Amino acid sequence: MRMKTAVTTATSNAVLKSALTFQELLFTLQGFWSARGCILQQPYDVEVGAGTMSPETFLRVLGPKPYSVAYAQPSRRPADGRYGENPNRLFKHTQLQVILKPPPSNIQELYLESLAAIGIDLRQHDIKFEEDNWESPTLGAWGVGWQVMLDGLEITQFTYFQQCGGIDLDPITGEITYGLERIAAFLQDVDSIYDIVWMRDAKTGRAVTYGEVRLAEELQFSVYNFEKADVEKLWQHLDLYEAECKALLDAARPTLEGEDAVARSRVPVLAIFDLCLKCSHLFNLLDARGAISVTERVGVIARVRALAVGVAKAYTAQQTVVGSAAVIGAVS
Amino acid sequence: MPAFLLEIGLEEIPARMIAAAQKELAERVEKMLARENLLRAHAVQSYSTPRRLAVLVEGVLAHQPDTQEELVGPSLKVAYKDGAPTPAAIAFAKKAGVEVSALRTITNAKGEYIGATVERKGRPAVEVLAEMLPREMAGLYWAKSMYWRAGKPERFVRPLRWLLALLDAEVVPVEFAGLKADDVSYGHRVLHGDAPVVIAKPSEYVAKLEKAKVVVDVEARRQRIRKALDAATRAVPGARWRENEELVDAVTHLTEWPTALLGNFEKEHLTLPEEILETVMRDHQKQFVVEDANGKLLPHFLAVLNTEVGAAGAAIIRHGNERVLRARFNDARFFWDVDQKISLTDRVEMLRNVTFHKDLGSYYDKTEKNLKTADYISKKLSGYHSDDWENIRLAVELAKTDLTTEMVKEFTELQGVVGGLYTNAQGIPKDVSDAIYEQYMPLGATNRIPSTKIGAILALSDKMTTITEMFKKNIIPTGSKDPFALRRAGAGVVRILAENTHVHGNLHLVDVVHATNQMDEADKTLRFHVLDFMLDRLEFYLQESCEIRLQVARAVRNSGAATYDDDSAGKLVGYGYVAGFAKALNEQVGSADVLAVAELLKRAANIQRQAKEKGIQFSGEEAAALLVDPAEKELAQRVTEVDASIQKNYREGKYSEVIAAIAGLQQPLNAFFESVMVMVDDEKTRNNRLALLARTVAVVRWAADFSELASI
Repeated sequence: MRMKTAVTTATSNAVLKSALTFQELLFTLQGFWSARGCILQQPYDVEVGAGTMSPETFLRVLGPKPYSVAYAQPSRRPADGRYGENPNRLFKHTQLQVILKPPPSNIQELYLESLAAIGIDLRQHDIKFEEDNWESPTLGAWGVGWQVMLDGLEITQFTYFQQCGGIDLDPITGEITYGLERIAAFLQDVDSIYDIVWMRDAKTGRAVTYGEVRLAEELQFSVYNFEKADVEKLWQHLDLYEAECKALLDAARPTLEGEDAVARSRVPVLAIFDLCLKCSHLFNLLDARGAISVTERVGVIARVRALAVGVAKAYTAQQTVVGSAAVIGAVS
Repeated sequence: MPAFLLEIGLEEIPARMIAAAQKELAERVEKMLARENLLRAHAVQSYSTPRRLAVLVEGVLAHQPDTQEELVGPSLKVAYKDGAPTPAAIAFAKKAGVEVSALRTITNAKGEYIGATVERKGRPAVEVLAEMLPREMAGLYWAKSMYWRAGKPERFVRPLRWLLALLDAEVVPVEFAGLKADDVSYGHRVLHGDAPVVIAKPSEYVAKLEKAKVVVDVEARRQRIRKALDAATRAVPGARWRENEELVDAVTHLTEWPTALLGNFEKEHLTLPEEILETVMRDHQKQFVVEDANGKLLPHFLAVLNTEVGAAGAAIIRHGNERVLRARFNDARFFWDVDQKISLTDRVEMLRNVTFHKDLGSYYDKTEKNLKTADYISKKLSGYHSDDWENIRLAVELAKTDLTTEMVKEFTELQGVVGGLYTNAQGIPKDVSDAIYEQYMPLGATNRIPSTKIGAILALSDKMTTITEMFKKNIIPTGSKDPFALRRAGAGVVRILAENTHVHGNLHLVDVVHATNQMDEADKTLRFHVLDFMLDRLEFYLQESCEIRLQVARAVRNSGAATYDDDSAGKLVGYGYVAGFAKALNEQVGSADVLAVAELLKRAANIQRQAKEKGIQFSGEEAAALLVDPAEKELAQRVTEVDASIQKNYREGKYSEVIAAIAGLQQPLNAFFESVMVMVDDEKTRNNRLALLARTVAVVRWAADFSELASI
């Protein structure tokens, strides 16, 4: 059942024809930030709820090394799934995450230039930076910033990270998170995410829509997340990943506190973090399944947080000595 | 005389923090100038936009005046030995910067000392300002601040981007947050661009920025917004925009160059409840609602823009805003439809999975407790066989079920309202759905309270249960810490008790306190604790909502009628009477009669207090047979009469007569104090007189503690 939407206002077709497709939007933003000194990374290949949870953000913001990176991150939020029936909501949406560490003093201007690059002429739009602070209890992270509103639509989250994994950050990191589906729907002037043109064949002009690419995925994952996921097994998975994550962290501690540089560099902190991400995703699945009771909820969040904080500490400890890598990707 | 201008340029400040910061910066700069002796006849103006805070002071001295200061040194004895200056004297002269020969002798109350007159050369204002301003800027209060520079040298609300500081045409070279002040400001980001706006002197600040498409004066911007809203609304015949000062304020602090834009939505969305439409527009989109002359919603909205565009731009922005609104309304409709698949009645069990508080369990548990509270209150109000108990029970059971709906998950501020709308749509009796709708009222000191009986019972049970349960877990508001808004809940309870017409004649604060805590002896301490907290709310309510003087509010707060202790069991009155009496007393409190009797009652209370301090024990009621003097017999009789009069008239709402009866004690009390000696040697007589005074004070104190009123 798709929502019927009455369109009474005249849409500006001129805008529509020249609007970027979904994949062009991604290329353009990646190209924009690449030209401004960002490493382009690929989406992280473990389930995450947001681009922030990718190690390219969660771990790279820790410690003193400057780092600038941009990447698209498909972000899974099982509870937000709507079986593909709601035109504005997705189980899995795509964030374009830009990390600027430290933030350049013209970071807002850079961001506004990126909007111009994707075809938004600010002289013909209303843009506002409205207070919106970000906090993730499971990651022990928070920052202050804005939601960027374009003609009444929230298109970007803009955050100055202050703390991550329970660790105070220095330098601070600037994080820009574009909601790609929203921006694409805005640029193409469609009322349903599923009507977004994902790509257009250059020769034939044939368009492939977002719905054609992703609708089945939304439906099937909603069915799994809400109905089929085996609660018992999810708990077991959570326990297993947690136990392994914890055991590895415990085992790593003496090495990370020691002097042996080679042994320290071999501590698999990055792999341990994957186990922590697995736990976070399993928590989200259990939550969507309605399997976490009131009394359990706080406890499970605390369990995941403990892992995240442990990984952040281990990563920082490892960087302190191993950190001889050259400074990479500073935005000019 | 020169003028001083400071402008702090920064990334967008949260709208809610701007007004206070603007005020504080102006006060800090003014105080600093005064402290530094740099102010004469002066005028202070302050300005702000999302990207700047500014203060302009006229009448600043270009140079501090020179001053003379008298320094006092060591005593004469220490300073000179045999007529020669000691090392102490030489050190003092050095410190003061004078020759030893210039030291003088100063005689003061403590003795003879050496002293020196020091000339202090005034410094140029520019120098002083450059030195002092960083401290003032760093001292600004922010509800939430951040670091942004490497090494984290300072915190501020958002990163600073420029500083402008001028004393007339001269740049004040102040440095702060890695920036050095200049004579350059910046205009509207889009309409003016990056080009610097040079300010040659403070007086041209406002006009120059206006040219750069920034209205720096907040009031001017507010008026501009109001006019723009009016003008845009005129396109719809007979329409007006719904006044909302809070929203006007919010958009004033979100814009530098505001304009207004009228947009439309499809008429069919008007079938959604008005509450939902308005919440979406006002709270989520910061848009103004448009209504007809009867206050009925029209399918339009007004958006306040931070830009100025031509017809083409307006069409694009309107279209964008309409798109978002349409999606939001479609969402709401979708939520409504989806939510109807499971009736609220079937959602009761789902409350087991909604946390009320981590230490207090789920909303299912909370509902069970609310039910017990409501049961007690209902019986107090209507006896054991209340006709509407079934409806009350249903209202309480369903009250929280809307927390499980998609609609409330999306629009949390609509909790209760959604429950009311859904139960109404699901064929639940209107008395019940109205009550559910009203359960969270009043949301603030000036907002509506529940108007129905069941709504009042539901709101009272919910709030009192929350307060008591939190107190049990030692979650008690202290200072500025009140994370669960218990003070607001308590104030709401008092207001409902005093103002809801279904309960204000019959229900007492003690009833609702006992309702959550049903006379369990073990919980007696908790009960007193909660009652005390609630009486503070009463005092606050009387002062703030009823505009009653502090002393009267205190006198009533401490009265037997308001507090009820075990002594006066059986005398509970409706709390509407307590508020009513407080208002009447407030009007008459300054009169000579009231003052005179208050003075006498205070004296009576003092005599008792002193006797008690001496360890004398006496009862609260005199024995008639032991009364000797005609004046004490007279007083005893009058007190009995006054007691009856207070009890009768108070409960009939004849407050003036209560006050008149109390004032009537002036004559017998005067006569008593003139002719009767209380502290006589005969113990029996003395204790009986103390008992008589105790009864006198207690009888009056039932209505108000008059000893508070003697000092008005």
